[in-house]
Amino acid sequence: MKYIDPHIHMVSRTTDDYRRMALAGCVAITEPAFWAGFDRSSPQGFLDYYRQLTDTEPRRAAQYGIRHHCWICVNPKEAEDAGFAREVMSLIPEFLQKENVLGVGEIGLNKNSRNELVILEEHLALAEQHDQLVLVHTPHLEDKLKGTRLIMDAIKANTSLDPGRVLIDHVEEHTVREVLDRGFWAGMTLYPDTKCTPQRAADIIEMHGTERLWMNSAGDWGDSDPLAVPKAIVEMRRRGHDTASIEQVSWGNPVAFLGQCPRFDAGE
Amino acid sequence: MTSPANPSPMNRTEIADLYFLEHRARLLDLAAFLDRYDRADDDTGTDDFRLTALRNAIALLIDGSGDRTARVLDLMSDHSTEPIDQAGMKGACGTPPPGTG
Repeated sequence: MKYIDPHIHMVSRTTDDYRRMALAGCVAITEPAFWAGFDRSSPQGFLDYYRQLTDTEPRRAAQYGIRHHCWICVNPKEAEDAGFAREVMSLIPEFLQKENVLGVGEIGLNKNSRNELVILEEHLALAEQHDQLVLVHTPHLEDKLKGTRLIMDAIKANTSLDPGRVLIDHVEEHTVREVLDRGFWAGMTLYPDTKCTPQRAADIIEMHGTERLWMNSAGDWGDSDPLAVPKAIVEMRRRGHDTASIEQVSWGNPVAFLGQCPRFDAGE
Repeated sequence: MTSPANPSPMNRTEIADLYFLEHRARLLDLAAFLDRYDRADDDTGTDDFRLTALRNAIALLIDGSGDRTARVLDLMSDHSTEPIDQAGMKGACGTPPPGTG
């Protein structure tokens, strides 16, 4: 079954992962800009990263028949120094014009600090100004519930962004209902230890339905699995979910949300 | 298409057949973790806040109510509503440290 992994950090993965993903049915991915595991020391470091996302990775993915798209931003883990973040943000408009860029992301909050929130609001304004889709990172573990609410409140209070053009990622059982009820799209991230397992993702689909919901691996340099999406597909299949439901969360919903950007190409 | 609030496609026997052994193993892992913690030197004289949260969460599992997963996550969440002044670290503990909020 062909599928899309709509959130994976391939700059951290090997070429062999591309091969295995292609063998498992992956035909398209989207890669949000994120934290490299260390703080970059200059805006030039981000410039090189954005070039990697818009130039190098699409060519690497194409070798395996996978269409590569990306999102550009300053991630919230590097937003505490607001002055530095603004310097980097001045580079973003140029990259929003690149042919594989789908929007602004993954923006959001990490520790729910005041500066993170200020930089989030400036990213939202940038997205609004350039009519971009938005991909939102929600905080980890104990910070998720509070951060998810702060983010949704900031979007509603300070922007006229259509929630149908915003995906709130990394939802879990305690946040998914509120995200969907407020009109946003929701992403479930499949991680071995944190966020959702494939089993819990299938449970969430059973409890909350398949509308405006997708699954991603968020594979990166930490504990993660680039084949998490096909494993969740197998989990749904072995429970007896019908093919239409499985295709909706692993294909139809990513195509519907991402397809709001004319640059998105699932290769259909 | 799956409707909201759809029950599992499997019946209870099928769920037990499919998942029991896997979760029996996880339960033993949890028991072994608690035993390992108890066997270790008590270097602080107080229960680690993460273990306290874990024990409170375990009690939720057998209180007879549903929505266990959401309630465990809720129990291990920061319920304050205002942004903090400054991010002191990048990581998270898994449950709010003492003094949060």
